[in-house]
Amino acid sequence: MSEQNNHSTVENTTTGLNHRKLLMWAFLGSDCMFFASLIATYLVYRGKSVTGPEPIDLFSIPVTSVSTFVLLMSSMSMVLAYAALTKGNLKVFRVWMLSTAIMGMTFLGFQVFEFRDFTVNHVKIGCEENNAKYTELENKFSSQQKSDYKKQCSEGKKEADIEFGMTPRTNLFGTTFFVLTGFHGAHVTLGVIWLLSLFFYSFKRGAVSADRHLDVDLAALYWHFVDIVWIVIFTVVYLFGVYEGF
Amino acid sequence: MTTFPLQISRPIHPTGIWNWITTIDHKKIGILYGVSAFILFIIGGIEAMLMRAQLASSNLKIIDPELYNQLFTMHGTTMIFLAIMPMGAAFFNYLIPLQIGARDVAFPRLNAFSYWTFLAGAIILNASWFLGGAPNAGWFGYAPITGKAYNVGHGIDFWIISLQVLGIASLAAAFNFIVTIINMRAPGMTFSRLPVFTWMSFITAILLVLAFPVITVALIELQFDRFYGTNFFITSAGGNPVLWQHLFWVFGHPEVYILILPAMGIVSEILPTFSKKPLFGYPVVILSGIIIGFMGWMVWSHHMFTVGLGPVANSVFALTTMAIAIPTGVKIFNWLGTMWRGSLTLNTPMLYAIGFILTFTIGGISGVMHSQAASDAQQQDTYFIVAHIHYVLFGGSLIAILGGIYYWFPKFTGRMYDEKLGKLGFYAFFISMNITFFPMHFTGLNGMPRRIYTYGSEYGWDFWNLISTIGVLLLAASMVIFIYNIVSSWIKGAKASGDPWDARTLEWSITSPPPEYNFAVIPTIEYRDDWWEKKMLKKAQEQPVSKDVHLPQPSYWPFIASVGLLIGGFGIILSIPVAIIGAAITMIGVYAWSFEPVNDPH
Amino acid sequence: MINEETANHPTPKTYVSTALILSVLTAIEVGIFYITSLGYWMIPILAILSIGKFALVVMVYMHLKYETKLFTIFFLSGLFLATAVVFALMFLFKSF
Repeated sequence: MSEQNNHSTVENTTTGLNHRKLLMWAFLGSDCMFFASLIATYLVYRGKSVTGPEPIDLFSIPVTSVSTFVLLMSSMSMVLAYAALTKGNLKVFRVWMLSTAIMGMTFLGFQVFEFRDFTVNHVKIGCEENNAKYTELENKFSSQQKSDYKKQCSEGKKEADIEFGMTPRTNLFGTTFFVLTGFHGAHVTLGVIWLLSLFFYSFKRGAVSADRHLDVDLAALYWHFVDIVWIVIFTVVYLFGVYEGF
Repeated sequence: MTTFPLQISRPIHPTGIWNWITTIDHKKIGILYGVSAFILFIIGGIEAMLMRAQLASSNLKIIDPELYNQLFTMHGTTMIFLAIMPMGAAFFNYLIPLQIGARDVAFPRLNAFSYWTFLAGAIILNASWFLGGAPNAGWFGYAPITGKAYNVGHGIDFWIISLQVLGIASLAAAFNFIVTIINMRAPGMTFSRLPVFTWMSFITAILLVLAFPVITVALIELQFDRFYGTNFFITSAGGNPVLWQHLFWVFGHPEVYILILPAMGIVSEILPTFSKKPLFGYPVVILSGIIIGFMGWMVWSHHMFTVGLGPVANSVFALTTMAIAIPTGVKIFNWLGTMWRGSLTLNTPMLYAIGFILTFTIGGISGVMHSQAASDAQQQDTYFIVAHIHYVLFGGSLIAILGGIYYWFPKFTGRMYDEKLGKLGFYAFFISMNITFFPMHFTGLNGMPRRIYTYGSEYGWDFWNLISTIGVLLLAASMVIFIYNIVSSWIKGAKASGDPWDARTLEWSITSPPPEYNFAVIPTIEYRDDWWEKKMLKKAQEQPVSKDVHLPQPSYWPFIASVGLLIGGFGIILSIPVAIIGAAITMIGVYAWSFEPVNDPH
Repeated sequence: MINEETANHPTPKTYVSTALILSVLTAIEVGIFYITSLGYWMIPILAILSIGKFALVVMVYMHLKYETKLFTIFFLSGLFLATAVVFALMFLFKSF
């Protein structure tokens, strides 16, 4: 290697790799540990909640499958944006970039919808003796919910409407679930801000260009990482969560 | 070039305090780290002295139990996170670019951000004294005593938030040094020629980036429990306090090596220089460091032998803990091998390095004693553990850092320290340190638990406790000698040449203190201990003086981003609107920073 | 500079077909999930499928397959340690 350039040390490094890209990969390795700690917490507390609801009472696999699919496709869109940029095609880059951000926001929309849905969840249970659903849910109910059921039924209703929602405070499942998926959501939010910043920045002449593709490359790496974390969460939290045998 | 709308005119040649606030020079940041950490070290030392005063004799009532709890918590947290880690960071900052032949670190502004964020964390933690009481649950803050139900007030909140802020600082610095060491080495500076200190710093940085996320998550969980009423460590909801212990020690044990590896690196630089021999078994020393770093992940539950993890887990962790003593022992023999038949110069840094080997070995051996799960049951939470941790941290990390300060003092300041005072300071330090901490082995084995604010005379712990308290007074006196020597030499010491020790590594090939650009010509490395070999072969060349090296320019933004974190840190504890203001300031700082070019166009 | 770094990257065609495979794998995952007769076999099957998805995104979209080994080492060391910590904690808490 020749003598280092006095004006800039960025391009001329010992390994020939870019400083920022190296940092990004080190960061992603580190972020693995972050999510691992959250996932480990979720897993060791799995099934240890004192009261319900449990995953099976709340999760809707079809809905989450759709949002999972959207996030997967946003990864494709991201990589296509990057490919367009390296070819110098700024217009195509902008289209894919915007669609990535929109898909990211769609995913977040699903998450907000889901979180809200969980907090206001209700169950309707018939009031007849030895109702099958009540027998199933009885040991997940708090004493408040049990007395609520009895009260509503003693009022002569045919069917009791019990609040069976979950917030981070409700039980261990709520705590671990919301904090894990919430921090993933925070990562997605940061990613969307990053992508949109680059999108708007690209309208400034020369600000985003093929020879400055690294700016987009780094955002893309981050975005794909957020996607793979979700791949793990979808399987471990959602699919294994509803599957009783685990 | 593009500019951010908020672009304010850039500090090109700032003067006075702005010179320090906007600096991105790794040497100035190193000095800032070192001085701040030393001040915090004195604060932590005063906390320790207050505790020793209370324990001087049985049934004393100098300090009430609550204050005592706060003192030991703050003493531990301060010494580990605010003193020894940043002192290590001071050496990383100052020395790594010099040792690898670079002009600065890979991300100079991120480096400034690390320092100011560290300072923000230190301020948040110590502000707790004035805002309703310091944290009081011990430096590892076991659940559930940190829970809202058992710990009202804001002490623990300050502890959580300050550790989170310090975590950001440490992570940013660690990423920076990893990239610097991989990517900024001078031509020919292969990993097999890398100075040992840089190697150990590299391993430390890797441990940091992998370990800190774990404590971040543990603290997030605790924070959510306290702030938002979640159930992570609430037993009535099924939460398990043992999870906190696991997460804490998954971080905490690598953290131990984060504290000791830089010290091992410093000693590995001092010993060869004053033995006039290359380091004995360089590859083995490096490999041992790597093995220690790797195995540091497999031993965490030895902090939890008495929790009741069961015989299988206890046996596994006992075995791995015994095994990790092997690479550590290998290093000790390599240091001895380095001195063997060398022509030793017993000056102050060398004395500290030899002192390190002695006391660290004692601490290491008591560590192996804890590794026997059965006998650890006897030692857990007694002063025997306190003795152990002080032998490895005080008699290990700190003693090496003090030696390192003497060793590189000419390089840092351009002046020589007073050798006579230095030696006097060392002997005073070394003797008083052993007077302070060695008796703790006895009180510990006699069953004295740690973290009690007083004890009855019937236990027979009075005598050795009094000795420890006398020791700590002597220790304070020895630190006064140290501080006097450093301060007075910094002001009026004799001028130092570029290479006063006839040393081995690259930092000695340039003037003391180094010019702002470090190397006018980036050196080409041909040997391990390149500077030494070239002196032997009469190939050593003086660096020319250059006026034409363009360096990255100073910047306001890292400082502003850190100020945002400081404000946000207080805000999240005390008032949400303030937290939002802090977050906004950080956002502005980060945005402006990312749109600011490294150098403005000339 | 730019060509050196991106020359061996795959074409948009590869990216789209990778997306197709990812979608199919997700569909299989969700489909298998409803076959209750699989019993305990469901866990390894779903785990393998999601590891496959994970690997595809990392290797193709994040270009790990095409770039320097150093990045792979950085990422995998974090990933392996992370996995080990999860399994160790599950073992210690007897969560299996």
